Amino acid sequence: MELTKKNKGKVIVKPPISSIGIPGWIRENLFSSPFNTVLTIIIVSILWFSILPFLNWALIDSSWLPDANCRESDGACWSIISSNYKIILFGFYPQDILWRPITAIFLLVSLLFISRNRNYWNAFLGYSWIISLVIMGILLKGGILGLEAVDIERWGGIILTLLLSVFGLTAAYPLGVILALGRQSKMPVIKTFCVFYIELIRGVPLISLLFMSSVVFPLFLPEGVSINAILRAQIAIIMFTAAYVAEVVRGGLQGMNKGQFEAADSLGLNYFQTMRLIILPQALKIVIPPSVSVLISAFKDTSLVVIIGLYDLLKTTQTTLSEPKWMGFSAEAYIFIAIIYFVCCFFMSNYSRKLEKELDTGL
Amino acid sequence: MNEEKTKKEDVSSEDTVIEIVNMHKWYGDFHVLNNINITVKKKEIIVVCGPSGSGKSTLIRCINRLEEHQKGQIIVDGIELTKDLKNIEKVRSEVGMVFQHFNLFPHLTIVENLTIGPIWVRKIPKKEAEKIAMFYLEKVQIAEQAAKFPGQLSGGQQQRVAIARSLCMKPNIMLFDEATSALDPEMVKEVLDVIINLAHDGMTMIVVTHEMGFAKSVAHRVLFMDEGEIIEENDPEEFFNNPQNDRTKLFLSQILY
Repeated sequence: MELTKKNKGKVIVKPPISSIGIPGWIRENLFSSPFNTVLTIIIVSILWFSILPFLNWALIDSSWLPDANCRESDGACWSIISSNYKIILFGFYPQDILWRPITAIFLLVSLLFISRNRNYWNAFLGYSWIISLVIMGILLKGGILGLEAVDIERWGGIILTLLLSVFGLTAAYPLGVILALGRQSKMPVIKTFCVFYIELIRGVPLISLLFMSSVVFPLFLPEGVSINAILRAQIAIIMFTAAYVAEVVRGGLQGMNKGQFEAADSLGLNYFQTMRLIILPQALKIVIPPSVSVLISAFKDTSLVVIIGLYDLLKTTQTTLSEPKWMGFSAEAYIFIAIIYFVCCFFMSNYSRKLEKELDTGL
Repeated sequence: MNEEKTKKEDVSSEDTVIEIVNMHKWYGDFHVLNNINITVKKKEIIVVCGPSGSGKSTLIRCINRLEEHQKGQIIVDGIELTKDLKNIEKVRSEVGMVFQHFNLFPHLTIVENLTIGPIWVRKIPKKEAEKIAMFYLEKVQIAEQAAKFPGQLSGGQQQRVAIARSLCMKPNIMLFDEATSALDPEMVKEVLDVIINLAHDGMTMIVVTHEMGFAKSVAHRVLFMDEGEIIEENDPEEFFNNPQNDRTKLFLSQILY
């Protein structure tokens, strides 16, 4: 009881100084018992002996400039990135017109950032999205307005990863919600179809779906008709993710209190109004954390398109690594793309936490 | 409750608003409602009481089709309840319902809770719906909470909001399903006062309740249910002072100290 003072006749007792602040925290969490003290010392020494060499390798002994001769130094060879970033990030997109994908990606990222703030959600933002998507398409594809045409097969690297994941996730989520509602439906045909679809898709690995989309599916198309490989992979990803989203959303729907349906019914709201205005806003809020998990893993799963020969971020990196000059520097290259994936996933989970906080109404 | 406040309105009109004829309902093999016959006139206030599991809640939930009956007829405001969804929605928008657990929409503010029905079912413009909402919030004396969320209100306040939400639909009939049973004792009165005020305004009401004092002073008729049947039906004086049926006597002796 080091500090006491009177306030409105009440004596306010502050906690002892040794239990608050940084010293208090250290004592409480690191040295609270002999056993914990020993653990702390062991862990700190492990960190010391593993992190220091890593930092030395990554930052001090490393070479950064393009075309540096990495073979002579012991450190990391970041030159593989600085020499090959165009291939890694953009695949075989013609290198003299890289400003086009860069502008498109910049446009996409800034719109995503603006859309994070729900205060900006209005018709204007909706139109901006539509117009920007058209602009992005024109920028990437070219062929009009004097822009050189670029074949879709040449899109690669981060362009492909973003394309597959942004469209994949935005299409899969509503589809998943519809499937979840269908599975809860009282109409037997719809219900059976949704259950069948969800169980079928969840029962096969994404890789086999991708294989089917690239090998089996074209067999059923009439001769002369072909659907672009990227589009087929995109559809496979959407179908796969939607099934998982559906099960997550179904969990949220089942968690809803029956009273909410009854209250909506007793006001005379019809099925669609009840779902749109009452049930889904609450159910989807409950399932934000698991949905974001599904979306994050779907985002990372886009790298599986490697196996059907699409050049996404992972494949372009591997291409670079197969050049004799850069063989053996895979650690650096994989760390680089790991960082790109991490940044994207971090923003997704960060946004989901922000959204949860915003939507919290105390019940 | 003083004499004047609890004076009962006369049932002036002889119009029948609810008619239930030979109605049966089963849950699986369990005969939950057995041959129910009720006629409710305009402005009439009917209290339904009985032991738990006797089917009282199921009965009033059948009146706005939250539960489906399997045999007999239910006619509300001249509309017979059948599988026809249009009719069901029409009846529901004419019949207000207040639940034991309030069932407010927790993701909407109080005023949004009140306007959602008028805007989407009655197609009233938002501005006007908000005016109606504020009028009824004043009426249940809770207007200052309009911008809050249900989770920030006490149980009694939430139940008053729930009543106001039903009133915003301008219903002809109000159903109360144990509206005070989930409340802390000191909040029961504020909710009963709102219901009593409604009674004075001439609202037709069916009230399932265990508040016998309320039944005595407000009801025109008391129905006693047991095991899915209406055992006794009488005016409150007779019902409490001179119960006819043995089961009614037993029930009253158990709940009145």
